[in-house]
Amino acid sequence: MPEFTLWDIVYNLLLAARWTVLLSLVAFVVGGVVALLLLLVRTAGSRWASRLVRGYVELFQGTPLLMQLFILFFGLPLIGIDVSPWIAAMLGLTLFTSAFLTEIWRGCVESVNKGQWEASATLGMNFTQQMRYIILPQALRIGIAPTVGFSVQVVKGTAVTSIIGFVELTKAGSMISNATYAPFTVYGCVAVLYFVICYPLSLYARRLEGKLHNVSR
Amino acid sequence: MSLVELHAIHKSFGAVQVLKGIDLKIDEGQVIALIGRSGSGKSTLLRTINGLETIDDGTIMVAGKKVGDHDTDLLDLRLNVGMVFQQFNLFPHYTALENVMLSPQVVKKQSKSEARAIAEEMLVKVGLADKMTHYPDQLSGGQQQRVAIARALAMKPRVLLCDEVTSALDPELVNEVLAVVRQLAEEGMTLVMVTHEMRFAREVCDTLVFMHHGRIHEKGAPEAVFANPKTPELANFVGGLAG
Repeated sequence: MPEFTLWDIVYNLLLAARWTVLLSLVAFVVGGVVALLLLLVRTAGSRWASRLVRGYVELFQGTPLLMQLFILFFGLPLIGIDVSPWIAAMLGLTLFTSAFLTEIWRGCVESVNKGQWEASATLGMNFTQQMRYIILPQALRIGIAPTVGFSVQVVKGTAVTSIIGFVELTKAGSMISNATYAPFTVYGCVAVLYFVICYPLSLYARRLEGKLHNVSR
Repeated sequence: MSLVELHAIHKSFGAVQVLKGIDLKIDEGQVIALIGRSGSGKSTLLRTINGLETIDDGTIMVAGKKVGDHDTDLLDLRLNVGMVFQQFNLFPHYTALENVMLSPQVVKKQSKSEARAIAEEMLVKVGLADKMTHYPDQLSGGQQQRVAIARALAMKPRVLLCDEVTSALDPELVNEVLAVVRQLAEEGMTLVMVTHEMRFAREVCDTLVFMHHGRIHEKGAPEAVFANPKTPELANFVGGLAG
């Protein structure tokens, strides 16, 4: 029976951690773009469109991420679309992220003083100009800290994709643990790696929050 | 033809009827003050003139064009009608100069140098030549309000609406803002203001409009309105001020 050194374990986990980071990045960036579009529809669109976006957000906020992944992974093949674990994981996390970011950013936009909308409107600006020059720059400052904070949730959310067989950090951990019979060491290392990814994000979010409270512009 | 013509304006907020049929004509160069108790509908009336409040019934004509519900109509309207708010509403992330420059650049597509020249001219006019690079939170309330006036003027509106522009100011800062408004009136700017500064209204305006329960109750030259109120409501209002 082969012997596994601690380095063997950590090295293989590190390889798998690349997928965790990549999945987080894709989910966060694509989810962010989708969220921005949904936010614009939610703010500017007709009552009907805005309700649709609200329903979307409620749906993803009100169901476990695991169920969303199951439905994508087992449901799409039923209608003839074959999805790999990677596609299902990416799609699921992106939808999940977009729903949460839409809601976070909507709160930020709404926290911008109503007078800012009125003043820019009386100066003749249309919705796009108001958003671009007046509202979003202010909402962005309010939104940076909670957005970075949420990115931690996305990183931890990637662990769930191990269930549908996507080999990221957690899945690699369970595979290595099966081979080494050293679950405590392996999962300990897994936890440390998650912490190494997430802690700097948390720290950064906290620093941004502190900064935001000190200056108003 | 008058610059602004309001005809049979009706407006309700839910079950509360705020404007019950307002007719008002505003001529070029006229300086009008809307007075009355809080809740009489004067701020709402002012805000219908530039479409910040939609109306339930009636027509609004500005510079000969009927104001409709379409966005393009509203944008058109707002090029003619400037507004200054009680709470200033300066853009906190821009300097005083940028606040004034932004709309000419973005809405009127003026070049940066053009917009800058106009903005500087307007800020000098309101006495803030030395504060151009300051952000709103580095300015006093009176200075912020003067920037707001300069910002509205930079769009070269034909009429300027002033919604209680001194009500949020500390007493010692009121006069610097009123001085600017007075100067505009003297230069022939068309002004419609909601104000509680009765002495100022009396000195600067050529017409006072007294509103009561959503209607125009009395209207006339300041001296006449103050000296000989025709209705008990106005007499009461004027008397209440003196007491």
